[in-house]
Formats: sequence, C-alpha cells, structure tokens
Amino acid sequence: MPKRQEYKRYTRSRAGNVLYFAFLFLAGAFSVLPMIYCVCTAFKPLDELLVFPPRFFVRRPTFENFLSLPSLLEALRVPVSRYLFNSVFTSVVSTVLHIFAASAAAFAFSKSKIKGRTVLFLIVQFSLLYNAYTLAVPQYLIFSNLHMIDTFWIYILPAIPSSMGAFLMKQYMDISVPDALLEAARIDGAGVFRMYARIVLPITKPAWMTLFLFSFRDMWSIIPGGTVFSEELKTLPYVMSSITAGGTARAGSAMAAAVILMIPPIIVYFISQSNVMETMSTAGIK
Amino acid sequence: MKRISGFRRSGLSENFSFYVLLSPFLALFFLFTVLPVLVSAGLSFFSYDMIKTPSFAGFDNFLRLFAGDEVFPKAVVNTLKFAVVTGPVSFLLAFLLAWFINEFNPAVRSVLAFLFYAPALSGSAFFIWQTAFSGDSYGYVNSFMISMGLSTDPVNWFRNVQYNMAILMVVQLWISMGISFLANIAGMQNVNPELYEAGALDGIRTRWHELWYITLPSMKSILLFGAVMQIQATFSVGAVVTQLAGYPSVNNSVDTIVSHLSDVGTVRYEMGYAAAISVFLFAMMAITRVLVSKILDYLGK
Repeated sequence: MPKRQEYKRYTRSRAGNVLYFAFLFLAGAFSVLPMIYCVCTAFKPLDELLVFPPRFFVRRPTFENFLSLPSLLEALRVPVSRYLFNSVFTSVVSTVLHIFAASAAAFAFSKSKIKGRTVLFLIVQFSLLYNAYTLAVPQYLIFSNLHMIDTFWIYILPAIPSSMGAFLMKQYMDISVPDALLEAARIDGAGVFRMYARIVLPITKPAWMTLFLFSFRDMWSIIPGGTVFSEELKTLPYVMSSITAGGTARAGSAMAAAVILMIPPIIVYFISQSNVMETMSTAGIK
Repeated sequence: MKRISGFRRSGLSENFSFYVLLSPFLALFFLFTVLPVLVSAGLSFFSYDMIKTPSFAGFDNFLRLFAGDEVFPKAVVNTLKFAVVTGPVSFLLAFLLAWFINEFNPAVRSVLAFLFYAPALSGSAFFIWQTAFSGDSYGYVNSFMISMGLSTDPVNWFRNVQYNMAILMVVQLWISMGISFLANIAGMQNVNPELYEAGALDGIRTRWHELWYITLPSMKSILLFGAVMQIQATFSVGAVVTQLAGYPSVNNSVDTIVSHLSDVGTVRYEMGYAAAISVFLFAMMAITRVLVSKILDYLGK
C-alpha cells in the first residue's frame, strides 16, 4: 500500500501559506505563554518577583524557590515521599482500571447485539451533561455507606466508571474497528474476550493512549476535599496547595511547586502522544 | 458449519461474554453516577437545607427559577453567551489545529500538539490570567498599556462590565480546547488512507474538498465526542468566573448558572433549589446536544 504522502499533495497559494503559519504561530503562542510564565516565575529571585513594572521573563534565574521547598515542607508530620507515592499510586491504578473498564464497555456498546445497549449508551453519554457539583452530596452519602471515606478506594473506585472514557472509546471503535475483521475472527473461532484483547485493544491504541493522558491528568490533580482526613492518605497537590496559601512572600515557591507538579503529566503526555503518532505511520497495514 | 459457530467453543454465548465485559463499568457507573443523579433530580422537588428532613415542595423550586430569583435569569443569559461564543469557536479551533498539524512529520507534530495542549497540562494555571489582567498597575496588561501611553490609569478588568465577559471568554477558550483537540488528533490517525487515494481518483482536487468529503465524514463520531465535551464545558463555566471575577460579579455581569448554583448550594445550603437548577441546566445541555448531532449529520453532504 502506498504511503499517504504520495498522493496527498495539494499546493497552497503563497498567501495561504503565510496565513497558515501566522495562524499556527499565534494560536501556539496564545496557548503556551502562560506555561512559560509559570516556569519563568519559578526561577525569579525575590527582587524580580516584586519589580515594577512587572517583567514576564526572568533576567537572573535562580534555584532559590526550588531550594526553599524542602524547608517549607519539612514541618509536615508525614514525609513528602508519602504524598508523592499516594499521588502516583492512585493516579496510575485508577487510570489503568478505568481504561480496561471503559474500553470493555465501549466494545459491547459499539459491536455487540445485546439488548438495551443503545439506551444504556445514551444514559452514559447524557450523564456527562449532569452538573457534577450537585452530585457531591448524594455521592458522599454513597461513599459513607460503603465505608469508603478516608480510604484509598475513594480515589480509585469512582474514577473507574468515568463516562467520558467510555464515550470516547465507543466513538473511536465505531470508526476504527471494522465489522468484517471481527467476523473473520469469529470464523477462526475467536471468542469475545480474545477479540477484545487481540483486535480491539491494539487497533484502538491511539484512543486509549489519549484517554490515559486525560485520565492521569485529572487524577494527578486531585486534592481530596471532605472525603480523606488521614494525612498519610493525602496527595501531593494537597501539600503543594498549602504552600500557595502562604501569600505573596511565597509566590516564587508556590510557582516552583506548580512547575514540579506539571512534570508528571508532561511525561505522560509525551509517552501517550508518541504512541498515538507512531500508529499513524503503520495505519493502513491493519 | 461447525467452524462458523466456533465462538461457542468456550461454552459461553457471545451475548453473555459481552455482558461480562460491560458489567464492571456498568455496575460502578450506576452506583457512582446514575444513583446520585436520580437522588439529585428527586431532590429538586423538595426543600432541603442539609439539616432538617427534606419536605416535599412540588414544583416550587422550578417556579422560583424565573419568578423568585433575580440572579437566575441573568445567569442563564450569561451562560448562553459563553455557550454560543466559546463553544463553537473552541470546537472549530480544536478541529482546525488538529487538521493543520496533521500534515507535519511526527516529531514536529508532537511539539506543535504540545504547545496547543499546554494549557491542560499546566494544572489550574488560570490564575495566570489573574496576574495578567490584575486591576492594579502591576498587572501585565495595565503596566504595558501605561508604559506605551495607551492609558493613564489602570483598568480594573474583571470588575469592568465592558471587558470582563470578553476576557473570561478568552480564558475559557484557553482552558477548554485540550480534550477535543487531542481526540481529533487520535481520530485523524484513523482515516483510512485508501479513502484519500480513492478520492483522488474520483476527482477531488483541493484540500477543502478532501476535508469535506473524506476527512470530516470519516471522523463524524469523534467530532460528536468533541462537541459533547464542549457543550459540557461551556454550559458548566463557573469556577473560573468565580475565581477571576468573584461572586456576585459587578451587576451580575458575568455570573453563570454554575457560579450561581454553587452559591445556592455551598453558601446558602438550599440543596433542593440547587438540584432544580441542575435539572434545568441539564435540560438546556440535552437540547443543545440533540441540535448539535442534527447539525453534524449534514457533514459531507
């Protein structure tokens, strides 16, 4: 099969080219400037933080703000490593379980003939539109009846059935998993579980890699509200937010903390997207 | 014949296996989402302050929305403004950017995609907009305008009814693009290259034709996903508004349904009324969702 580039080649007018790059450049700058600002501020010494008129970029970068973090955090009763472990553990476990649950359900929604699948899927989809805020009270009652308050389960169990993931996976399977391929697998004697593991999961890799990023990002930023009280069960963003509460004098340290918190989602981003892009080059060999 | 019925070899019927795949998700989904939604929707017919037992109130809460609450009608109008402007703009931008960068090689593409996804990766970094549009002369925009001689006094951006809505729309746009943008990128990996080839043979000569007749129809279900996520995001604008412009905002100029809702729930503990607001908001989004899928049906026709 010929590579895509061989026949997908149209020329753009010169004005078109200029517009194209101007648009990409402006949109890119608009998106990324605030992140650059965070990084710059994290490296600013105190006098640059307070200078007037304010400067966007840092002139004399320093690690002061980062080095001040350990002393700000040492007063904690629980070591920082424990918060870090909690965040990594809960984010990874709930994300992986969510992907398996959501993609398995999506497979049934997209390709099965079971009764009620259309109605059930509509319920999943429309549940996304119900305001999460008003659900907090009934959810709290359920958590407390199940004795999930102040345990790790509170992070993991409710994250598994996120409707967004099942919705994304189902929409992706609709366009990417050909019925003919499943039919061929049936003829070869493959059951539903084998089709799921050997056909559906490999083909939908771009979708679940993307979902991995979405889910990890959401889970990583969780600050437990009224559902976790034990200090040793709290998350890293929770500790970092206590630094932000220190006001202007700690603005630099708060930004340093924010920058550190950004690192894991960025790593996950590159793992996820390099896998998404990689499937591009093999598309068509399916 | 024996081979065709081969999937029964495991002893399970295919439907049964599908139920097994579906059940973990569905069981937890009913427990943690459907049940709370039903409780909340039921609560909209009650008066409940979280202390006393709920008392039945009939349609009182719903009547109050438009006949006993000065802020709510304004909040509906503001929410619709957000939905009409940032929703479609963000949706189109998420598609156009994904489509534009799709023709670069993978390395360039992942760097460009990173730039556009950066807002989603920088956590709750919208406080940066607080610094930029800060009301004193330390704010970046004010200090820039003063130093350029464009103005003499700092503008209190978020308290100024002329500008605050526009600024918040920009912030919302900046926040909301990420999910549908990356979903579109994943979706585009999937358009069958044979379709482009066949299209070229069928006389497709411009990239616009290719976009309209091949790319868009092949991605319809991913576009629906993006649209639903946009509906959810723009109708639920609230926390950002409250953080930047405060609640209530000046003359309720930017108060939204959700910022009003959290005031009713968290500050005034009127949970029954808060539930009625949620039900109303849900109805607005559901109607929009149905309209949007009608529009998407026209793609490629």
